[in-house]
This record gives sequence, C-alpha cells and structure tokens, in this order.
Amino acid sequence: MADSTGKFGVGGLHHFGIPNRRQFFQLGAGAAAGWTLSGNAFAQTERPGNPPDKPRGQVIAALSQEPTVFHPLMPGIEVDQGIWWQVFSPLWFIEPDGKFVPDLAREVPTVENGGLSADGLTWKIKLRSDVKWHDGTPFTAEDVKFSLELINNPDFRVRNRVGHNLVKDIKVVAPDEIHWRMEAPYSPYMSILSLTFIVPKHILEKLTDPNASPFHNAPVGTGPFRWGERVPGDHIQLNAHTGYHGKGPYVERVVFKYIPDLTVLYTQFRTGQVDYTGLQGILPNFVQEAKTLKGRKIFVSATSSVEHVAPNLEFGPFADRAVREALYLAINKQAIIDALNYGLPTQTESFVPQQAWSFQQGLPQHKYDPAKANALLDAAGWVRGSGGIREKGGVKLEFTNSTTSGNAVREQTQQLLIQDWRAIGAAMRVNNMPAAVIWGDFWQQSKFNSVLVSVNFMLGSDPDVTPRFGSGAIPAKGGRGYNTYQYKSPEADRLLAEGAKQFDLAQRKTTYGDLQKLIRNDLAILPLFQGFIAEGVKEGLQGFRPNINTSINCWNIREWYWA
Amino acid sequence: MARYVVNRLAQAIMLLVIVSAIGFAILHLAPGGPLSQFAASAQMTQEDLDRVTKQLGLDRPLPIQYLDWFGRMLKGDWGKSYRDGEAVLSVISSHLGATLELMATATIIAVLLGCWIGVLGALRRYSLFDSLATVGAMIALSIPTFWFGLVTIYVFSVKLGWLPAGNRQTVGDGSFLDLLHHLIAPALVLALVETAMWGRFMRSSMLEVINQDYIRTARAKGMPEWRILTVHALRNALLPMITVAGLQFPTLLGGALVAETVFTWPGMGRLFLDSIGYRDYPVVMGILMFSATMVLIGSLLADILYAVVDPRIRVG
Repeated sequence: MADSTGKFGVGGLHHFGIPNRRQFFQLGAGAAAGWTLSGNAFAQTERPGNPPDKPRGQVIAALSQEPTVFHPLMPGIEVDQGIWWQVFSPLWFIEPDGKFVPDLAREVPTVENGGLSADGLTWKIKLRSDVKWHDGTPFTAEDVKFSLELINNPDFRVRNRVGHNLVKDIKVVAPDEIHWRMEAPYSPYMSILSLTFIVPKHILEKLTDPNASPFHNAPVGTGPFRWGERVPGDHIQLNAHTGYHGKGPYVERVVFKYIPDLTVLYTQFRTGQVDYTGLQGILPNFVQEAKTLKGRKIFVSATSSVEHVAPNLEFGPFADRAVREALYLAINKQAIIDALNYGLPTQTESFVPQQAWSFQQGLPQHKYDPAKANALLDAAGWVRGSGGIREKGGVKLEFTNSTTSGNAVREQTQQLLIQDWRAIGAAMRVNNMPAAVIWGDFWQQSKFNSVLVSVNFMLGSDPDVTPRFGSGAIPAKGGRGYNTYQYKSPEADRLLAEGAKQFDLAQRKTTYGDLQKLIRNDLAILPLFQGFIAEGVKEGLQGFRPNINTSINCWNIREWYWA
Repeated sequence: MARYVVNRLAQAIMLLVIVSAIGFAILHLAPGGPLSQFAASAQMTQEDLDRVTKQLGLDRPLPIQYLDWFGRMLKGDWGKSYRDGEAVLSVISSHLGATLELMATATIIAVLLGCWIGVLGALRRYSLFDSLATVGAMIALSIPTFWFGLVTIYVFSVKLGWLPAGNRQTVGDGSFLDLLHHLIAPALVLALVETAMWGRFMRSSMLEVINQDYIRTARAKGMPEWRILTVHALRNALLPMITVAGLQFPTLLGGALVAETVFTWPGMGRLFLDSIGYRDYPVVMGILMFSATMVLIGSLLADILYAVVDPRIRVG
C-alpha cells in the first residue's frame, strides 16, 4: 500500500520494496516517519534556482499572532516556531518530502552507519565541528547534552518531555560525538528530535533560574539568522548569520510583522506592505481574489490538522455508537467544504494526514445519507418525541457544540450542523467560548458535549497517537495525555503500544493502519476534512516550500531570496 | 485647598485598591487561563500543564495570589508577563509611546476641530452649518470605529494608495515624515468620535454662556463682538470642558484599542486585548492599574483645576 503512490516520503525507497528493520534505520528511522509529497502544494512550489552570493534585501513576513516565546524548549505556540526555525537548529530536520536531513548532526543515525543499535536502545550521534553559535562560541556535543538534560530538569518550565524522558546515560565522547541510551525502544523519537532545537550551554548553564534570563528575549542560536530587535506588539527583526553552517541565508534581514486581524493582514499583502502572509495565511473568502492579484503568488497547501467534531464519548447519547454513526451520516460534509471553505480542503476519514506514509488508504468513505441515519436511529431505539427530538430511555438526543467564538467559518459550520442534525431528530445548541476559555479546563477536563476543532494528531511527523487515543491519557480520569474524547479501547491500546516499539516500517504501517480502521469504525471523532492553508508570496521571492511536517511554512527562510 | 487635594487623593488611592481587588477577582474567576493557548495548539499534556501551573504559582488560593501580587506591586514589582517573561512595567512602557502618540494627535485634532464646530454651531444656531454639524456628529457617534477604519483603509490605501494600510512606520525608516504618514489615518479615525463629542459639548456650553446676563451687558456696553466672544464667552464656555477633558481618557483608550487593531498600531490598546486573550494576568492587571491611575489622575487634575478657576467648588 505504501507504494501505491510510489512514495514513502523517502527518495528511492519504493525501488527496494517494503524495507526491513535494517533498511529502515539505514534510511533514518525518522525518514520513515515522514510524508509523501503533497501534490497541490508542490505543484506551485518554486525551488531555489540561483541564489545570490551574498545575502541581499529583506523579507517582511506577516503573522497573525505575535511570537513571544523565544526559548525553543519552553511552552510556545506555532507562531513561535517561526522564530525558532530561523535562530536555532535541530540535530536534523524534515524536508517536505519526509526525508530527514542532517543539520547539527553530521549524519542521520542509522543501524548501518552505527548511529543506532539494532534494538533501538543505543544512539550515537556524530556532530558537525564547523558550527558556531551566533556569539562566536563553537557548538559542541556538550550543548546537545545540556539541552537534553535541561528538558528533563524538574525546575525548568519545559514544553513537554515525551520521548526525552526515556533518554539515559548521556555521554559526550568527543566534542563532535555524543552517545545516549534509551530506557525503552521508542521509534517516534527520531521525529521528535527533528523538532527539538538545541540551546547554548555556555549561556544557559550560568543561570540560577532556567526560566528567566536575557536570553529569553534575545536568544543566541546556531541558525541562519541572528537576533536583531523586537518592537513588542509590532515586529521582530532577524539578521543574516553569515557564518551559518548550512545553505543560505540569502536575505539580509527577516522582519516578522505582527498583524492580528486577518482581513488587515490580507490588505497589507495586497497593498504590497508585506512580502509573505504566514501562519493563518489568507482567509478562504479572499483566496480567489488573491489569485488574480498582479505580482503575487498564492499557495494552497495541506496541513496536518484534521477538522472534526469531537464528541465527548462519556456524554449520554454519544456513548452509543449508533448515534455517532447516524450523526456522521447526516453531516453534509461537501456543503461545509464547498459553501464555507470555498472547496479548498479535502474530505478525510482518518486522523492521519493523507500525505503521510502511515495514512491508511481505503477507509470507509463518508456518504451524506440522512435516510440511512434516520433508519439507524430508529433501529437503535431512538424514537422521536415532542418537538421531533429523539429520545431513548429518558435521554434526549440533544447536546451542545462548542468552538472558539469569533471563528466565523466554524460558527457557520455549526449552523449547517444544526440543520443537518435537526433533520434526523437531533438537537444541537451552540455554546461557543473565547479561546482562553474553551481550551482550558472545559476541553482538557472533558467538560464539553461536543467541540468543533482542528487537531494535529501527529507526534511530530509520527503517527503515534498514544497521548490522543490511549486509555491512560484521559486528563478527566487522571491520565497524562490529552485524550479529551475519553476514548477507551483495549485494542487501540494494544496497537499503540505495539507501534511505539516497532522499528520496521512495514510493520508500523500495518499497525497504524489497523488503528486508523479501528478509530474510523468506532467513530471516536467525526472527521470533516484535512486542514489547509492559503499563503501569499510576492512574485520574485524564491524558495518558499510548504512543509506539512512543520507547524509553520516559513520554516526555511534561509533558502529564500529575491530573484 | 490643600485639604481638598488631600481628600481627593485619599479617595483616589482607596478607589485604586478597590479596582485592583475587583479586577484581580474578575480576571482570575473568568474561565480559562494563561496556559489554555498551549493546550490548544502545542503538544502539551495535562501533566505538563499541571507542572507549569505549579511553577507559575497559579495553583495557590486566589487571596494568597492577590496579596502576593499586591505586596510586590507596592514595592514596584508589577510581575512578569506570562507570554514573554518581560517585566510588566517594561511591557507597558514599550507600548505606551505608540498609544500616547496616537491619542495625543487625535486629541489635538478633536479639540481644535470640535471646539471650532461647537462655537460656530452655537453662534449660528439652527443655521445650515449647525444642522450639518449636528447630523455629522450623530453619524460620527454612530459609526463603529472598526468599520470606519476599514473603510478608510479601503479608500485611502487600497483604492487611492495615498496612505499606508497600517503599521506605525516602515521597517528601517524611522523618519518623522514616515511616522506622520502612518499616523494620519489612525489618528483621524480615532479623532472622529472625539471631535463629535467635543463639538456637542462645546456647542451646549457656548450656548449657555452666550445667553448669560454678563454677555448681554458687554454687548450693551458696545464691546466689539470678537472681544465678547474670545474674552468673555469662550473662556467661560471652556470651563466645563476641563471636566470633559479629564474624563476623556477611558473613551480615548477604548477607541485606541479598536484603531490600533485595525491599523496594526503597536500600542497599549492592542496589548490589552492580546493580554486578555492570552489571560496574561500580570500584564492585564498592570494595564488595568495604569489606566485606572491615569483616569483618576485626569479626574483629580480636572477637579483641582476647576476648583482653582471656580472657588465655589471647594465650598461644596
């Protein structure tokens, strides 16, 4: 199945058939965790052709949220990654095609090159010796050790420790080589490390409080751009790091301009005040017009997020699978896609993005069928009561649906859902809240009936969704993850445990394929469509490459240049 | 006079304490919290969120948190922003300049234009000018600032290309002309409502004054009309405007909040909005205390000024 598209996210892999464990590591375990190409996105993508010899000009990148967290290991949001990618470097990063590319590491560790033991427990990483921090200090293995230890420091306000907490016995064997042991085999770690930025020991080790220092507001990294200035509430300027160890940078300056209103952001792109519209990009209703603008290029690309109705499976009617199936059948998905999202997204049945190697083809396809939905509810004993609302055993088929207030498209989607579900005797009421409210305890502690939400289920680029669907990950029941759906399935738990310790790509694909079938069959979520983003780039600006494996598509500004 | 000032100061301090307690309670009792943003978008587990909550001291009882915050505030430590770790006073001061620039420009425009319209309207009561000014003021007061801002951008930036569609300056160009160029649209939008208000107040005040006996007496004495207007009428009509000016700060701040959002102006209004959205408690409390202090100072100054120019106030 992986070869049905001829791609595994790793160039040439399909020539060799399904790889064994050795081949998997040969190619880099992380590479196997990558994606296949996104046709739509890449059809429009320009590859850098002839970049200038010296950095030239500047790029003004507009973002609808303000980056405020510059320490790349602390809790931050997607927009902060826009800065981290420019200022810092990971050991290796993921290309849009899913291939892992060494960055601070000399090579991606595999069994073949001796970087990984066959059991996946010993990691030996060889590092580049020509890398310097922005202040001129040489980068060494001590920095990697320090970063991994900082993540596990109980006093440090780290984002999360998933995977990192398994790292033991870190040994610096040479300035350019580091070894460690994993407490248990954990295949997603390759992917996690590709999104873990290394921080400077020589600056941070001196701090008495690792959570506060001037570094947090003027970071020093090894990335292609060095910190310039920040005007709070307005912009952040980064300057080219001419001693950068990798390709680029080709522009002198990058200015991240904070423009909170998406309409205003688009207007400034239209009037030429900004060169690139990032993060939330261009609103769907402007996309058609944007495509007609002279001197502008519009990229519509898939994201890893899946827009779905999240049912609280412990809430009365939703505990009945027949109800979930009936509700799913009664959703006119195509109307939501066409009428409200301008036909830009694509339907999906899985929590895995369709471009991923782990995506399971052939899942049962949703069909808008209110008649079947009605029949299903009739058969399940949900009879229509007063006002046409169904009920069973004294429980009415009525519930609330919540989403972030002010999100116009989602609010319109709710209106369509009300109509669709009313037709089968289900009553939905809207209960929207501001972002700071809904995503707090209400979501975390499963206090909702249902939520309309977009979630990136992947762990980095890995399909291990233990924190999302594992029965031990329900926060409302003291779990450690974010299984707010309260989904419990022994079979899912078994598959999740198996997948996380498998290192054979074919086996993993089967395991996560089975999991996708299970989740689809159980309707733990009611998927609507795979997320998308429309971004604008000024003509003449080369090198923009959307990357579904990163949270933000301006991950590679080091490759951008003005033609 | 000194006793009057001391009394008013004591009232102001009491008010500040009340504002801080109510503000703190409302902010913290509102659902959600500063970590919700991470729960929504990043791969943070509940365990991670609980750990960070404890590290930030947000798991302590509310009264303890309040007393801790209040005690530190009295010592000049207004806390650190949860978003970027910067000291609150530093965060506020980094946004204050932009807002003051916008508010000051809008106020100058509003006072000059509003007073002129008001005086002229009073002198030519029920004339075509007065009617137009009245209708214009009603429209200005009814137009949502947000909408007017967007229309201004559409007309002057998108269609005519005369003004920038936002921002305080062009990156890399800090010239005065560039700043002025960027200031025109947001200042005019913010000044619209202010002008209407000043115009209406000024008209009423002027009408009251020009119907007074001493104006009639001045005319009877044969005093030139311009002198009656400027020396007697205008000076006295401006007296009630001291109060208006003192109480304009909250209105201006509210307007600035909208104008700053539409024109991507990096000021306090937008900071306040963002900070509420992120539940950045220390910054929200900082802005709240700062704004309350400014309002109270404005009001206090207006009262004192009024008492200075009109001794009857002190008796009351």
